[in-house]
Amino acid sequence: MIPELGTFATILALCLSLILSVVPMIGAYTGNKLWVDYARPLAKGVFFFLSVALVILGYAFLTDDFSVTYVAQGSNYNTPWYFKISAIWGGHEGSLLLWVWIQAFWTLAVAVKSKNLPIDIVGRVLAVMGMITAAFLLFILFTSSPFDRLLPNSPAQGADLNPLLQDFGLIVHPPALYMGYVGLSVAFSFAIAALLSGRLDAAWARWSRPWTNVAWAFLTLGIALGSWWAYYELGWGGWWFWDPVENASLMPWLVATALIHSLAVTEKRGVFKSWTVLLAISAFCLSLLGTFLVRSGVLTSVHAFATDPERGVFILGMLIFVIGGSLLLYAIRAGSVKSESTFALSSRESMLLVNNIIFTVACAMVLIGTLYPLVMDALDLGKISVGPPYFNALFVPMMSLMVIFLGIAAFSRWKETPTQLYISKLWLPAVLAVVAAVVTHWIYSQSIEPWVLLALVLSYWIVFTWGREFISRLRNRDDMITGFTKQSRSYYGMMLAHLGVAVMIVGVAMVTVFVEHRDARMAPGDQIEFRGYTFIFDGAREVQGPNYTSDMARVRVLRDGVPYREMFPEKRMYTARGMVMTQVALQPGFTRDLYIAMGEELENGAWAMRLQFKPFVRWIWLGALFMTAGAMLAASDPRYRKQAKRDAAQRQLVTE
Amino acid sequence: MNAQRKQRLTLVLLIVFGSSVAVALVAYALSQNINLFYSPSQISMGEAPADTRIRAGGIVVEGSIRRDPASLKVEFDITDYAHSTTVQYVGILPDLFREGQGIVAQGALDGSGRLIASEVLAKHDENYMSPEIAAALEAAGQMPHMPPTAGKGY
Repeated sequence: MIPELGTFATILALCLSLILSVVPMIGAYTGNKLWVDYARPLAKGVFFFLSVALVILGYAFLTDDFSVTYVAQGSNYNTPWYFKISAIWGGHEGSLLLWVWIQAFWTLAVAVKSKNLPIDIVGRVLAVMGMITAAFLLFILFTSSPFDRLLPNSPAQGADLNPLLQDFGLIVHPPALYMGYVGLSVAFSFAIAALLSGRLDAAWARWSRPWTNVAWAFLTLGIALGSWWAYYELGWGGWWFWDPVENASLMPWLVATALIHSLAVTEKRGVFKSWTVLLAISAFCLSLLGTFLVRSGVLTSVHAFATDPERGVFILGMLIFVIGGSLLLYAIRAGSVKSESTFALSSRESMLLVNNIIFTVACAMVLIGTLYPLVMDALDLGKISVGPPYFNALFVPMMSLMVIFLGIAAFSRWKETPTQLYISKLWLPAVLAVVAAVVTHWIYSQSIEPWVLLALVLSYWIVFTWGREFISRLRNRDDMITGFTKQSRSYYGMMLAHLGVAVMIVGVAMVTVFVEHRDARMAPGDQIEFRGYTFIFDGAREVQGPNYTSDMARVRVLRDGVPYREMFPEKRMYTARGMVMTQVALQPGFTRDLYIAMGEELENGAWAMRLQFKPFVRWIWLGALFMTAGAMLAASDPRYRKQAKRDAAQRQLVTE
Repeated sequence: MNAQRKQRLTLVLLIVFGSSVAVALVAYALSQNINLFYSPSQISMGEAPADTRIRAGGIVVEGSIRRDPASLKVEFDITDYAHSTTVQYVGILPDLFREGQGIVAQGALDGSGRLIASEVLAKHDENYMSPEIAAALEAAGQMPHMPPTAGKGY
């Protein structure tokens, strides 16, 4: 009975979201304020009923209701309770329900946090978000309801959650990533609302900015969590595989990165308006494309679900409708948009334009590499795959170029910047960056690796250029303390995010070049020594877990001959599915990780073992955390609220 | 030509130049890094080039796994049930690698038609079959009956 209530709640949410997508929109056109006012309560209603549906699905998991197909496929009596809850989004149907619930959450957030926006804009934005919610709810109800029953032959025991997913990573990675994916729909809806209303001005950019920053922060966090999860879960020790599904999340991220920068120009200077709208549309369309690629099974990937043509066709149809519709609207309306100011070739506007070009080109490259095999296959020109070398060959130069401009941009000014200023401000950071990079590199390894050197120069370049800019800001004030406190929160957010880029570059280069690994056959008593660490294999013994049995090895680690740690990698056999999983033993550290994974068992108690030394790998995710925190800080800047209040007061005066 | 137009022209030229460099890079990188997929039948008929990085996929033949007792070297056969190919690999095989399981190996063929693999991939779900392998089996007329429940995995 209770799962049927879940379906019922989903249907009610669909009805409300259909009303939400029509009534306020008509109200905004005809100027009927009463109809527009329906938008907020409707958004709350959609969120309420979807929350009910989500709770019911969680209840079905916690009470082991295996008459529900989705629960029977993804859970088991012996699954620990926290994995039962995260199993809600462990498969296709439930993860879509989470997707649409988060969509409803964002809609609610806009409804609640938009008190100072013109009501017709709020109505249009919420209506567009309602349309997206409705489309996904239709998709769920028609092709992938998580509440479908297995009656009358419901199984006594569930198939258990895929062991790969029985991990803390599943609890945090999908919700964070979806918050980012779906959050881009807010920027999209603001853009569509602005196109519909014909009021594409600086105020529009100011409304979108904090929302886009928050969505971008979540997207960054979600991708970083996915990378961290893959690193320790898959047993290979890689942190990015250029897997098509990773690319599917990277593409919206790249465009969203361009978007948050271009929104800055639109807000401050009133230029790039139609370009910004196009980016907002593209970012969300790419996150839909990502959903299509992952969910339709057209990709060969760790994430791919088996093909279900019906689902693929539905998402493809939606994709075509959203992309086609929004681009059509863009084509009709964007032509009439006029720039409010002009700028010289050497200016902050141009710098941000360079940022935009680099990020969109990078996105296009990823898109080509990801879709090319699909197109070739569809045209029957052979089954191919595009490997990581393609992406690395293109991405490294693009991002290096981006970082060079990131440093130059520290001293750029709006409208026009004299070339002389660049030279006088930049030569010192440039020299310092090269010197510091050579020195630190030499101290670390007593050798010079060109890629590491390049990465260090680029990182120091960011730190020194922006550091110098920061100091000159402080000098402009009477004393240092007021200098510190007078800088805005968005300024500190930007600094933090840019520092994150520097930190991440160090991590990427160090771990790529200085990683060391040994794949070896190890019998009890065998030892391997490298990078100052000695690994002694003491053999493996059997251990019983809640829903698995495991061979747990003990590896003693000596550092410079002195006992340091004991590490316990495992090879687990999950009983419900008969599936074997590697459980990695990690010894994380600020400047290096020790990483041990077990391979297969060989004869006489010997095992294939993979031992890895991974320098600075944590810095990759640390950099991403800096970016996330920076974007959050910028979004929380009180100036957005103050300005919105001022705007509202202004409108009040005009209407009176 | 006034100053503003001149600037615009410079900007446009820069963009055109930049994007043509990008396109050239993409084309070059793509041509260097495409790995074609071959089935064991295609390999045994000599359709696959030697000494080029390719991908090959099939079902691991029962009882064909031969390990070197002193190192991590391993040899096994993959098949599409019409023909089979021997794969040689040094290193740790993925968790889901076992007899009767579909795998994809990446590497180059040596003179004798053996695939020297640099990477062996098995999918992270026991029901899941790579579309490439499924197509190869279908082409050889040997598609086994698959369970109706779809494979799952995040």
